[in-house]
Amino acid sequence: MATAAFDTPKLKSYPVIPLVQVGAMSHLKPFVANAPIQTALGFPGELVDDWQDKAIAKMGELLGKYRSLQVYMDACVHCGACSDKCHYFLGTGDPKNMPVARQDLMRKVYRRYFTFAGKHFPRLVGAVDLTREVLDEWYSYFNQCSECRRCSVFCPYGIDTAEVTMAAREIMASVGMGQKYSNEIIGKVHRIGNNLGIPGPALENTLEGLEEDTKDDTGLDIKFPLNVKGAEVLLITPSADFFSEPHVESLIGYAKVFHAAGISWTLSSHASEAGNFGMFIGNYEQMRNISMRVREAALELGVKRIVVGECGHAWRVAYSFWNTLIGPFDYLDPRYPVPQHICEVTDDLIQRGALSFDKDANDDRIITFHDSCNVARASRMGNMPGGQFVIPRRIITSVANHFHDMAPQTIHEGTFCCGGGGGLLTDDLMELRVKGALPRMEALKNVVDDHGVNFMATICAICKAQFTKVLPYYGFNMSMVGGVHQLVSKAIRLGDK
Amino acid sequence: MTLLTIFYTVLFYIATGVFAIGLVLKIRSYARAPAPLKIATTPAPVTNTGVGLRMAREVVFFESLFKSSKWTWVFGWTFHFALLLVVLRHLRYFQEPVWLPVVLIQPFGTYAGFALVAALGGLWARRWLVDRVRYISTPSDHLMLALLISIGLTGLAMRFVAHTDIVAVKVFMLGLMRFDWQPVPADPVLLVHLALVAGLMIVFPISKLLHAPGLFFSPTRNQADNAREVRHVSAWAAALDKRP
Repeated sequence: MATAAFDTPKLKSYPVIPLVQVGAMSHLKPFVANAPIQTALGFPGELVDDWQDKAIAKMGELLGKYRSLQVYMDACVHCGACSDKCHYFLGTGDPKNMPVARQDLMRKVYRRYFTFAGKHFPRLVGAVDLTREVLDEWYSYFNQCSECRRCSVFCPYGIDTAEVTMAAREIMASVGMGQKYSNEIIGKVHRIGNNLGIPGPALENTLEGLEEDTKDDTGLDIKFPLNVKGAEVLLITPSADFFSEPHVESLIGYAKVFHAAGISWTLSSHASEAGNFGMFIGNYEQMRNISMRVREAALELGVKRIVVGECGHAWRVAYSFWNTLIGPFDYLDPRYPVPQHICEVTDDLIQRGALSFDKDANDDRIITFHDSCNVARASRMGNMPGGQFVIPRRIITSVANHFHDMAPQTIHEGTFCCGGGGGLLTDDLMELRVKGALPRMEALKNVVDDHGVNFMATICAICKAQFTKVLPYYGFNMSMVGGVHQLVSKAIRLGDK
Repeated sequence: MTLLTIFYTVLFYIATGVFAIGLVLKIRSYARAPAPLKIATTPAPVTNTGVGLRMAREVVFFESLFKSSKWTWVFGWTFHFALLLVVLRHLRYFQEPVWLPVVLIQPFGTYAGFALVAALGGLWARRWLVDRVRYISTPSDHLMLALLISIGLTGLAMRFVAHTDIVAVKVFMLGLMRFDWQPVPADPVLLVHLALVAGLMIVFPISKLLHAPGLFFSPTRNQADNAREVRHVSAWAAALDKRP
């Protein structure tokens, strides 16, 4: 059962690679999407009769459409370089959570149907037919990957399990075995405009409330504009920023930055979501359709710049894919990169001396920074490679006095996923989420013990939601996690600079 | 011409054909498959020159593997570098006159033979000793190591234990290349060595040895990080833009 009891792993003071425990997570899988959810996205409502033929045909189609998949099916030599790199393996010990073994779930089917060796010598190369058991195993283990790309850093051929997971989910959805959590959310975006399903009037209400709260706090008229035509900046932010704690604190931070810099900005009720779950399920057209709302809103509102709020996978889609999916952006101001991350905006203003801070306001916090996986390994900020590591830290140290990084192998490109990314942030996978957070929790515990760290800043809506939920399992306070702009918000000087 | 010579002559033509044609077909398939999205593993170089350097570091130094596992890197890199030296050393059987660099490399190629076998031993040991690697190893993984080690050991045996008539070997090889077929020396160790090498060439395009061309086509490694600056569109993705 989804909510069955499980043991939270013990935190060790140094990382230990677990021994293989076959089948340790084979019981876990997320709810399958029901017929209305599936058909709303154009997928079959239930497992189709000839699913095996359809799935193999789909795999053939994807092999022709994605060079990554084709090369990655062939290139693996089973060297084991990735075998101790996945947080889900480190947290569960289930060998099928080793990236190579997860890929092999698809590779052994690929070999059977698409390679000479697998067609004629299946046992020799570990090729198998696509049976119902194999499909169920796919559903379980391809929904235990957060598409965080840590394995791709360490693979000598750059094999990215995320590409394989996306292809597997795409194949499964196309034969009627979609994942409920992701597909339900994608339906909401198409119907309403955001993942949480907040309709325009409710969003307007929320933003008015935020204006009042911020006025109470600061005495200033800091605006949270919605659908303002002719604004300079269109802000695309995860919808969690409107309702969830601690996300909303960062939204207030963005508003204060725009206010202090005198930049006119607006949100859009049509494109009120930065997150793009189309990527999670590996579906190019879904990802494109979701992104298209941003283009439509930008043209409708006549903005000059598009800025993206704190969100990990969203920033990957925005930074790496938007130009392909919804470009070219020739209608925007060419002096700014498109899209721009809110951290790039704030950092640029800080570097130019346009913002000033009372750093002591954050003195009650000893801060560390959790690099969100898809920001770290699938995007960039600024002009130089690695700017995505430098810029958020430079903001933090500009607005606060106490900062300590976690262990080197757990940050930057080696960062661990929070455990809830890639469409896994659902209660039916709570056991996986808690266990998958283990490597990050161990690194956090070390800086808590050594430096008294009491706040872990991050720039991802999923990281924030996931940590809020799992920190207590490991004996930490859930309010330890928050956004970078939450810190900015606390320290920024408004009007009195 | 003896039956043995006919067999080895035909075998080597088949092996060369399968190796070359199979590899060309695979590479063409990789090259033709589009990469619709920018998926470089970041931090990535922002220029194509930078991508060239990144790829060179992967090919020459196995940079990512070094980050990952030092033991695997030591054995893996040693094996590949030794194999390179050994292959260069063997070029003398295919050339007349022999290139100077190939002459100069001869003594190093000899030592490399030992390094090659030792490194393969290390890689094989990992398949038994590390429980994670044991779990992912298939029969073909073990067979591949057995094949490579056997090639190395038979080669070393002919160099250090029972010398084979290398002049006759060279005559046979040059004969193959010039379509002027000559008898294959009937030394059993040599025959095993040659048969295994032919086997290696034949399985190359249908096995995990495709990691060699694959690396060059890996989008996470061969793409520049310039998504915002340059619009990247593949043919099938562009077709979506034309739809109303």
